[in-house]
Amino acid sequence: MTDQAAVIDRIPADTGWSELRRFFKTQTVGAVSLTVILLFILVAVAAPLIAPYDPISQDRASFLTGPGGAHLLGTDDLGRDMLSRIMHGAQISLYVGTLTVVLSLVIGSIIGVGAGYIGGAVDATLQGIIDAVMSIPPLILALFVASLLGPSITNVIFALSVLTVPRFARMARGEMQRIKSEDFVNASVALGAGRIRVMVRHGLPNMLPSLIVISSLGYGQVIVAEAALSFLGIGTPPPEPSWGLMLSQGTTYFQTAPWLVVFPGIAISLAVLAFNLFGDALRDFLDPKLVR
Amino acid sequence: MTAPTTHERPAVPAADSSLLEVSDLVKHFPVRRGLLGRRVGEVRAVDGVSFSVGRGETLGLVGESGCGKSTIGRMVLGLIRPTGGTVRYAGKDVLGLRGGDLKEHRRRLQIVFQDPFSSLDPRMKVGRIIAEGLDIHKIGTKESRRDWVVDLLRQVGLAPRDAGRFPHQFSGGQRQRISIARALATNPDFLVCDEPVSALDVSIQAQIINLLRDLQRQRGLGYLFVSHDLNLVRYIADRICVMYLGEIVEVATAEELFTAPRHPYTKALLSSAPQLRADRSVRERIQLTGEVPSAAKPPSGCRFHPRCPQAVPESAKVRPRLTQISPSHAVAACPCFT
Repeated sequence: MTDQAAVIDRIPADTGWSELRRFFKTQTVGAVSLTVILLFILVAVAAPLIAPYDPISQDRASFLTGPGGAHLLGTDDLGRDMLSRIMHGAQISLYVGTLTVVLSLVIGSIIGVGAGYIGGAVDATLQGIIDAVMSIPPLILALFVASLLGPSITNVIFALSVLTVPRFARMARGEMQRIKSEDFVNASVALGAGRIRVMVRHGLPNMLPSLIVISSLGYGQVIVAEAALSFLGIGTPPPEPSWGLMLSQGTTYFQTAPWLVVFPGIAISLAVLAFNLFGDALRDFLDPKLVR
Repeated sequence: MTAPTTHERPAVPAADSSLLEVSDLVKHFPVRRGLLGRRVGEVRAVDGVSFSVGRGETLGLVGESGCGKSTIGRMVLGLIRPTGGTVRYAGKDVLGLRGGDLKEHRRRLQIVFQDPFSSLDPRMKVGRIIAEGLDIHKIGTKESRRDWVVDLLRQVGLAPRDAGRFPHQFSGGQRQRISIARALATNPDFLVCDEPVSALDVSIQAQIINLLRDLQRQRGLGYLFVSHDLNLVRYIADRICVMYLGEIVEVATAEELFTAPRHPYTKALLSSAPQLRADRSVRERIQLTGEVPSAAKPPSGCRFHPRCPQAVPESAKVRPRLTQISPSHAVAACPCFT
């Protein structure tokens, strides 16, 4: 039996590092977008150290100065340095985005997978609730939840999760129903597998591509929704520099000082694009059918 | 073919001759309609089926598509709950099993599915697919499981390194071999083969059938072999059950069924099977007219009577009962031939 064991041993194990190397080798776009994401995270974490100015200290002498000179990206109407604010804003936007997506992914998948596999009355009840939540216009719902809880970053995350959980749940439910009818699930049950095993070992891996895609799309939407809430004054409370807040405050001076809108806008677009492209690349990478 | 010497089959107490006993099995699928899911009728997929299969025996279950043969296979495994009747396996009532007992039952009775593409999880490597039963039942250590998987791969004619590949890298026939290896992993005594080769090319069919026969000889496996291919069933089965619209119309040893069929449906079925030129003179061809009636509204009396070439008026009135006409031959005694 030893020679056989040796043959098996020669099959390369999927360690984290070798997988990461393979990802960079096969997914060019994915590698670039992952780098951009990591850069954003680095900037966000290191913002207090590398930002040239305090993001909330006002300098009345140099308000609305254009980009270049002492303030690389200019200053806003209160004379705050735009570059420093965008760097600190990355903290809030990424924090809100990541936490909301992870929270919705976990809760939504649990609800959806359970409803899809168990079916019956449990499924019908959950579907009813999900339909009810989804029938409310998203921004109105977020407004309602956020104004109920008051403006704080935690409450923004909560309000946005209420919006996104139903979408994840619905997707997971549909996928689980599809997977449930496949014979490999029957085979697993015939082998003696319990519900949890079927859902976790067969359900989740097979719905992973769909979950990744809606997560990466959701990430962008969450960042934009956070911006919308801040714009309406019930998101991130000022003077915290969130990208959305900067964007909304900048619109007042759009004619005379376009950099107030342009730079936060670029930051949002870049982050959203990076997450979407990374999501697509990750989906392709994890598909065993695509040639490696 | 190397016999597994290190992996002894668990000792099974010598029981009576029949391992699997199915009696009066019924499955009605409700037909629901409307917003409230009102029950407007039922499809009688399986309607009072009884048979038994002995240790190491192969029972063939043949019939047209929709006659309920696959449903029976799934009920035997407990994948579908019957509406009525009993399934006894090694003397135990399978339908009453719960928790640990049900798990143990499932270790001893396994299934090979028809569709080799849907029956393997596309995101699992073959090694993990085959080892799933061992994981579930916590059999052996990590090393012994790996050796066992390699052994199983050899037994079904695949290479050890195939364990590290994904299902989509294999052909239909190879995937069916993987399915068989997975089913054998927990050392079952019985396999339900649900049309295991009907999705394969004819040349591959023979390979898989021979593999199943070899494995049966080595391990003393019992098979419930569901198929619509008569020639195939004749080759592999010891006894054959012929089904029509959820009922058994005739049971006999393979030889007897082919040489002396009694029921008109069996005769029609046999005459429709393609045969070698040398045999042709022996049988005249019986051509059935019409469609198989809906199982939601089965005909009265003998269910075959609307299509039966020799039906008599009584056929529509009396529901024939399966009657033993010799120790190895039973037939649904329809008035049209008794």
